[in-house]
Amino acid sequence: MIEVQHLAKRFGKVEALGDITFQARDGRVTGLLGPNGAGKSTTLRILYTAIRADSGSAAVDGHDCTREPLAVRRSLGVLPHATGLYPNLTARENVRYYGELQGLSGEFLERSIETLVARLDLAGIADRRAHGLSQGQRIKVALARALVHGPRNVILDEPTNGLDVMAIRTLRDLIRGLRDEGRCVLLSSHVMQEIGALCDDLVIIGKGRVVLQGSPDEVRAATGCDDLEEAFVRLSQAEHAA
Amino acid sequence: MKSPALIVAVKEIRENLRDRRTFFSALVFGPLVGPILFALMMTLTLDRAVSNLDTPLELAVSGQSVAPNLIRFLEENGTTIKTALPSLAAAQAAVRAGDADLVLVIPERYAERLQQGQPAPLDLVWDSSNNQVAKYAARAHNLLEAYGRQLAAVRLQARGISPITMLPIDVRTVDVSTPAGRSVLVLGMMTYLILFATLMGGLYLAIDATAGERERGSLEALLTLPVQRGSLIGGKILATCLFMTLSLALTVAAFTVSLRWVPLESLGMSSNFGVPVALAVLGVTLPFVPLGAGLMTVIASFTRSYKEAQTWVALVLLIPTLPILVASLYSLKENAWLMALPSLSQHLLITQLLRGDSLSASNIAISAGTSLIVGGLLVALAIRLYRREALLG
Repeated sequence: MIEVQHLAKRFGKVEALGDITFQARDGRVTGLLGPNGAGKSTTLRILYTAIRADSGSAAVDGHDCTREPLAVRRSLGVLPHATGLYPNLTARENVRYYGELQGLSGEFLERSIETLVARLDLAGIADRRAHGLSQGQRIKVALARALVHGPRNVILDEPTNGLDVMAIRTLRDLIRGLRDEGRCVLLSSHVMQEIGALCDDLVIIGKGRVVLQGSPDEVRAATGCDDLEEAFVRLSQAEHAA
Repeated sequence: MKSPALIVAVKEIRENLRDRRTFFSALVFGPLVGPILFALMMTLTLDRAVSNLDTPLELAVSGQSVAPNLIRFLEENGTTIKTALPSLAAAQAAVRAGDADLVLVIPERYAERLQQGQPAPLDLVWDSSNNQVAKYAARAHNLLEAYGRQLAAVRLQARGISPITMLPIDVRTVDVSTPAGRSVLVLGMMTYLILFATLMGGLYLAIDATAGERERGSLEALLTLPVQRGSLIGGKILATCLFMTLSLALTVAAFTVSLRWVPLESLGMSSNFGVPVALAVLGVTLPFVPLGAGLMTVIASFTRSYKEAQTWVALVLLIPTLPILVASLYSLKENAWLMALPSLSQHLLITQLLRGDSLSASNIAISAGTSLIVGGLLVALAIRLYRREALLG
């Protein structure tokens, strides 16, 4: 469960977030949508405590992001925008490193890695050095290391970036699987098609403010568009005109 | 459960041992190339210095027949006489062209002037910008002066005057310099090579900790883990220190082996650069390790990219040269104040060890103490910088 209330953040003179309020519930996929520069990554960064909000509050499973950053990070699995791996470690070692830093060890850790290797179809590349992996394989490994400790909440920043159609399909299945296990999944995207089919709830933001939120059907109804992408474009244009 | 810093350190070490560039610069290039080059250079220098004293003075002389007594005197004093072209102009041309180093030209009127009791001219031709010849020219000049004094003494005696009259004063030179004192620059180079290799050992790890992780895009994911940032950077600095220590140990070991072939005694260095001295060198240099690691990490964390970090951190490799250079130029002797200057204090202590002097306990304590304190401050600063939001760039 992720709760965000009246979040605001400035970088110098630039207002990155003006007022962001939304909820991402357990057992649902929540999509944070907006054009580039709308404040998606900043919101997520505040949630995984890489940066602090100037005002407002954010909490994960009831832990406040400012006051209890370690508790927040413990209950999160994060796939940030940059998904760099350690090139001289194998895929498996990359995942194991994160597992160890999450406090896992021994049999339990190895079993968790095996499960993810099977689930993400990594068996063929698990023992290859990361520098030889394709972009799609890298993202899968990055996803495995984000999930190695079985987090209740999963944050994915533009997870489909650089993926081909097949990889996106695998990713969608995985995200649905996480939802069906009762986890809270929050993902961001600026591409409507890939997210519309996947999300149970949409939060559309522009210029650091929430423009509209609700289920895909509610968004279609509110904008009078059948097509989610069309709705998204209209909202963005309205925002720019304002 | 293992501490996060330790997990980070172990991973950094494993990863960097697999990285060819880091491996070679830290464990091969730095520790081996320096000592081997050093030993080679020293051997060549010493060879030349030693051989210069032993070789007879070679002097090309034109007009030998004019001054047979002078020639005999020169030969009696270990000079090998060669025949040169019979004119001053030819001698000058030959020296200028590099065909001859040193030519003594005896003009025709030499004999005549000598008979008349007038100063007899001799021309010694050489190129003073050629360092190699200066020694020989000085030797030739001294011999000629000595011959002149001999002639003067004979003339005075013929007139019934004691030659002592010609020596109103007797200047004696008392030189207290030791061979070690004279070789301070050479020793400075050696300590620099040791410090250089030590820093080199941690260079890539220090850059990797901040600029490298950021450029690779692995930093942000790392920061989402439930680990204090201090532990993350602490583990990285720990790994950097371990690599530096490894580099240092290998360098000292390489010196121990390579210096066996160098005639150190002629430099006044303790000829038994054996295991005890090597361990002592290692011991006095170790406190420099955290300082170097902290400094390189701090500098790397101000940079935007790997390339930029490399440029700036490489400059750090020059820092230990400055005090050593000053020490060499001013021939500084160890004292408590200088011991408070990291890198200089290590240089002075290592120099003492190489000379075979015993170290004072307080000097060791001051050197280690100040280096560790500065190192601690730099590590604290590195941790502080790692906690900034701007870290993500």
